[in-house]
Amino acid sequence: MSLTLDDVRRIARLARLEISAAEADKTRDQLNGILSFIEQLQSVDTTGIEPMAHAVDVVQRLRPDVATEPDRRETFQAVAPETEAGLYLVPRVVE
Amino acid sequence: MINATLKELSAALAAKKVSAVELTTLFLDRIDRLNPVLNAFVSTDRDKTLAMARATDASGKVGASTTPLAGIPLAHKDIFCTEGWRTSCGSKMLANFVSPYDATVVEKFKAAGMVTLGKLNMDEFAMGSSNETSFFGPVKNPWDTGCVPGGSSGGSAAAVAARLAPAATGTDTGGSIRQPAALCGLTGLKPTYGVVSRYGMIAFASSLDQGGPMAKSAEDCALLLNAMAGFDERDSTSLERPAEDYARNLEQPLAGLRIGLPKEFFGEGMDTDVRAAVDAALAEYRKLGATTVEVALPNSGLSVPAYYVIAPAEASSNLSRFDGVRYGYRAPEYGDLNDMYSKSRAQGFGEEVKRRILIGTYVLSHGYYDAYYLQAQKIRRLIANDFAEAFKQCDVIMGPTAPSVAFRFGEKSADPVQMYLSDIYTIAVNLAGLPGMSIPCGFGAAHSSNPMPVGLQIVGPWFGEAKMLNVAHRFQLATDWHTRMPAGL
Repeated sequence: MSLTLDDVRRIARLARLEISAAEADKTRDQLNGILSFIEQLQSVDTTGIEPMAHAVDVVQRLRPDVATEPDRRETFQAVAPETEAGLYLVPRVVE
Repeated sequence: MINATLKELSAALAAKKVSAVELTTLFLDRIDRLNPVLNAFVSTDRDKTLAMARATDASGKVGASTTPLAGIPLAHKDIFCTEGWRTSCGSKMLANFVSPYDATVVEKFKAAGMVTLGKLNMDEFAMGSSNETSFFGPVKNPWDTGCVPGGSSGGSAAAVAARLAPAATGTDTGGSIRQPAALCGLTGLKPTYGVVSRYGMIAFASSLDQGGPMAKSAEDCALLLNAMAGFDERDSTSLERPAEDYARNLEQPLAGLRIGLPKEFFGEGMDTDVRAAVDAALAEYRKLGATTVEVALPNSGLSVPAYYVIAPAEASSNLSRFDGVRYGYRAPEYGDLNDMYSKSRAQGFGEEVKRRILIGTYVLSHGYYDAYYLQAQKIRRLIANDFAEAFKQCDVIMGPTAPSVAFRFGEKSADPVQMYLSDIYTIAVNLAGLPGMSIPCGFGAAHSSNPMPVGLQIVGPWFGEAKMLNVAHRFQLATDWHTRMPAGL
């Protein structure tokens, strides 16, 4: 199957990536090139095969519920585009 | 001094023939002179580096048996967060990001007394095999500046090959240590998944990413891995294993070693000059007492397509953190919140990164997850099973690292799938989580009038690093490919 321009716009919206009308055609063609390359996976019989999500079988470790990191809010906010009074500023989301 | 091994540098420092400051200055001067041509470093800071060298000289670590690498300069791939240094990951998105903390790997090398020389150029977010996707421009291959250094750890490879640094860190998600090591004539090792901490290593595909050393020899890599590896509670997939001395088996003779040769790696697709160098290396191994046996990896042909489902899926999720809110680039003009996200990400990411985010978003989206993502994970299992089966017949697996020597700029950049296929021999190793390395084994001439390095890939069973390093070291005692350096530098 191959993607239409509408598909590309839908995926881009899900990914929060703006795509200009000028880029959309080229993007669709390149994505379709990649998708037709990965299409060969469909012909493999994987009945009964357990999906492998990770390279090694590890169980998530548990640790005591105590604070391990100090509060470094100022340091971490120093690299943010816009902050005020310890908060991250974004465009208004609630009127 | 610029060609010295880490062991030799360590001895010279211990004997006070040279100080950390003097050694560091030597490499900083070479960077000043040669980096404008090679573009291997994206950040250097002479004052900060020399302050670190002075502190090391005064620390008592130099010459101490517990810190054999103290005083030796090292450069980091710009994917490792480095406190107080810009950490850009090769992207406009992070072009102004000064890391507030150190990656565990960086912290460990600091504790070992190594001096940070600077940060190395790379493909944007480690997505690329030629370094052409870096926001800071491509790195040039020191063997021929018209050719790519490989990627994504291309800056690391070029810097060590041109002797701008004695060693460097790299990361490998689908071949990003081994392929540039091959294309620049270095020794590079990707450890078993979980051996080196991923904390502070900017994530691309978390189930595949693994950091490792890039240096001039297997012995150097063993010393670096000793400092780099180990359990880290801050990485949820770090493995709790007893500490190992990766140099402990270096000198073991190879008599009786069984080398597996996957028939799938020796068919069509490998250039004849690469083939000749790999065959000569195998002949050398037989002379050293090894035997070769044909093995089968019947699903290895599916590794590249499976990878280009799994890695973009993980990347699309990992890179959602870059939203213009907490760090990184924010578009200068935008409307509402979604518009701010979409514009910041569209302007901050380069083309290849955006392509992979889109592919990843698609294969994870409703209605396609089972057909693509789950199917790829099942094929990943088949690929790992093939390796487990093959290792019943052999101790290590060998083959080419890359299908060709370094190609020319622009040769593959127009067609993403062609570029993806340059990692055809390395990707299966990441999917299986196995350790893999590349060592120099000769030269080819298909893409340049200069002799260009060829890499031999050595793949070990899970946790087989010490064995692989032994196998590589014995080859390097018998040959001198790893000591060659590019002319004119």
